[in-house]
Amino acid sequence: MLVGEHEKGEAVKVCMFHLMPYRDLPADFDKRYNSAYIDPNWFDVADPDLVGKYYNDTLDEMLLAAKLGFHGLCTNQHHQNVYGFMANPSLMGAVLARGTAGQNVAIIQLGSTLPSSTPPTRIAEEYAMIDCISGGRLVAGFPTGLPSDAALSNGVVPVEQRERYREALALVKKAWSAKETFAWNGRHYQLGMVNLWPRPIQQPLPPIWIPGSGISATAENVVNMDHCFCHLSYYGLKSAEFVADRYWELVASKGRDDNPHRFSFLQLIGVAESDAEAEDLYAEHAEYFFHKLLLIPPNYQAIPGCLDYASLVQGLTNNPRAGINLRALKAKDYYERGFVIVGSPKTVREQLMDGVKRLRVGHLLTLLQFGSMSTELTKQNIALFARDVLPYLENLWDDQYEDRWWPERLRVKRHVAAIAASAS
Amino acid sequence: MASPAVRTLKLWQNRVETEVEISGSGPALVFLHGPWGLAQDRAFIERLAATYTVFAPKHPGTSRGNNEAVHALDSWLDLIVYYGELFDRLELKAPPLVGHSFGALVAAEFAAAVPRSISKLVLIDPVGLWRDDLPVQNWMILSEAQRRSMLFADAECEASKQFFHVPTDAAGRVDTLTQFIWAQACTGKFVWPVADRGFKLRSHRIGAPTLIVWGKADRIIAPAYALEFANRIAGARIEMIDQAGHLPHLEQPAPVMRAISAFIDR
Repeated sequence: MLVGEHEKGEAVKVCMFHLMPYRDLPADFDKRYNSAYIDPNWFDVADPDLVGKYYNDTLDEMLLAAKLGFHGLCTNQHHQNVYGFMANPSLMGAVLARGTAGQNVAIIQLGSTLPSSTPPTRIAEEYAMIDCISGGRLVAGFPTGLPSDAALSNGVVPVEQRERYREALALVKKAWSAKETFAWNGRHYQLGMVNLWPRPIQQPLPPIWIPGSGISATAENVVNMDHCFCHLSYYGLKSAEFVADRYWELVASKGRDDNPHRFSFLQLIGVAESDAEAEDLYAEHAEYFFHKLLLIPPNYQAIPGCLDYASLVQGLTNNPRAGINLRALKAKDYYERGFVIVGSPKTVREQLMDGVKRLRVGHLLTLLQFGSMSTELTKQNIALFARDVLPYLENLWDDQYEDRWWPERLRVKRHVAAIAASAS
Repeated sequence: MASPAVRTLKLWQNRVETEVEISGSGPALVFLHGPWGLAQDRAFIERLAATYTVFAPKHPGTSRGNNEAVHALDSWLDLIVYYGELFDRLELKAPPLVGHSFGALVAAEFAAAVPRSISKLVLIDPVGLWRDDLPVQNWMILSEAQRRSMLFADAECEASKQFFHVPTDAAGRVDTLTQFIWAQACTGKFVWPVADRGFKLRSHRIGAPTLIVWGKADRIIAPAYALEFANRIAGARIEMIDQAGHLPHLEQPAPVMRAISAFIDR
C-alpha cells in the first residue's frame, strides 16, 4: 500500500547510497596510476565479466536494503573512472523502480548531471519515466557534476558548467509542468517545440535534491528555490559541522524554516557484532576507498573555470582540506576522524544519532558498500544496519517536521521493524 | 622600463571593460597574450616596446574588477567581432598584429575575418589546428610539475622561474595564482576541449604577410604544426627558435625579437 494518511511529522529518512566502484583493483593500482579518473586503462585494469557482476551485485544490494526497510535508494553519475561508474544512473534507477514495485521506497536519482547531457530534456524524460514506472516514488536529484566528469569526460566548457546547469534545470522544470507546448530559446539550449512525454506523476514537480560540497552559490540557489541541499562529503558527520552550521545560517537568513528535511548528508558506515570486529573487518576497504578510489589529482579537479572567480579566490585563500593527505592516513585515522563510522550497532547508532542531531540531518544517506567490500560483506552490513541501527534512527525528528522533500505518496507511517520482520 | 599606461575601454554594450596596456614609442603594434594572461607576457612586451608603441589588450574577463566579462561573449564569432570593436576604438591604422599561443589563434582568425585591418601578422606557437597523430596538449589540465617541465625547453631557465614566480606574502600569492588560473579559464572558454574552431576553413582569407615563430622544443603543440600553418597561409614564413619551448618569446627573447623586427621592418 502506497497511499495512506499523512503523518503530521516525519522521521529521519535513511537511504542506501551506492557508488558502484571497481572492487578488485590490482594491489599496485595506486603505484601504476596517479588517478582513479581518466587515466586507468580499461584493458589493463578491468575484467568486463566482473564489471557485469558489480552492476548486478549493486542492484541486489540496493534491493536488499529496500526489502529490509531503508526509505530510499540513491544512484549517481560518474564517468571514466574506477571510483564509481554508473555512467547513466537512470538505467539503474529504472531497474530499482521496477524491483521495488509496491514498496514504500523512494527512488533517489542523485543523479544525472544536467550540463553533461544535451539536450537536458533527455534527463527530464528519463526521470519522468522512472516516476511513472515507480508510481510516483522519484526524488529528482540534480548535481552539477564533478569538473572531471563534465569538462574532461563530456567536453563541457569549464567556465560554462554552472550557467549551463542553471539553464538546464530551469528547462527541465518547465518541461515537466508546462500545460502547453513551448519553445525554449536559451543561451546554451534551443528547442523549438517542447511537449514532454511522459510527464512525472508527481506534479508540478517531484521533490528536488541538489548536492553540493560546500556553502557557495549552489547552496544559496538551493535555499532560494526551496529545494533540499545534499552535502555529499566523504569526511563524515564530525567534519561537516562547519558546513552544516553555515547552511543553517543561510537558511535562516533567507527566512526559511529549520526543517531538518531540507538537509541530506552522506556517511560511510560499517557495522559488525562488536567494535573490534568492525574495526578489523572494514579496515582494508576503508583504505582501498581513500587510497585508491579517491585518487583524483588536483589538475583533474581544479580545472580553470570550474570554480567561479569568487570561489576561486576563496578556495586559494582558505581551503580547510588542502592539508589532508588521504593516502598518508590509515584505517584507524579514518575511524578516529569520523570519516568512516564503524563499530557495533550500539556504537554506530550513537555516533549517527549525535551527528544527525548536531547537523540537523533529515535524510541520512548511508554508504554501506565502500571500497573493495564484497557483495557478501555488503549484504551483511546492510542487514545488521537495518536490524540494529535503522529502527533507532527513525524517531529522531518524528512528529516535529513535515518532509516536503519526499514523494507525497510515500509519506505514510512506516514501521521498519515490521517491514524487516515480514521480509525475513 | 616605465610602467605601461593603462587605457580602459568600455566595449560590447558596456558589458566588457578592457584594460589595454600601452608602452614604448615608435610605430604602433598590437600584441595578444597567451592563455596564462598578459602579466606572464610582459617581459617580452617590454622588449617590443623598445621599438614599437605596443598596445596589449587583456582578454575579456581578465581585466581587474571585470572578471564576469567572460560571460558577456558566447561564441567564437562574438570574440572575433569583439576584437573588431576593440580595433576600431584603438583607432590604429592597420598595425602589425602579434599573438602568442591562444592569442596567436585569435590574431590569425581576426586577420582572416577582416584582412585589411592589419598590416602584418606574427604568430608565435599558435594553437588552432589539429592532427590526430600529433594531439595538442591540453594546457589547462597540466599538473604543477607537468607545467613546469613542459612549457619551457629548459625548466630551470630564468624565464621559467619568472613565469612561475609566486610572491611569498599571502595576499600576493592568492592574487598571482588567481590571475594565472582565471586567465586560463577565460581564454579556455573559447577553445575547450580541443583547440580547433575551424580556422582551417577560414585561413585562406588572411592577406597580410605572415611570420610564424616556433620553439623547436614546444611540448604543448608540436613544431610540425609550423608547417601546417604555413601551408594554409599564403606566403607565410617560418622562423624556428632553438632551445625554446611553447614560450620562445620568453625563453629566447633575443632571436624572437630579431625575427619579428626584421619581418615587420622589411
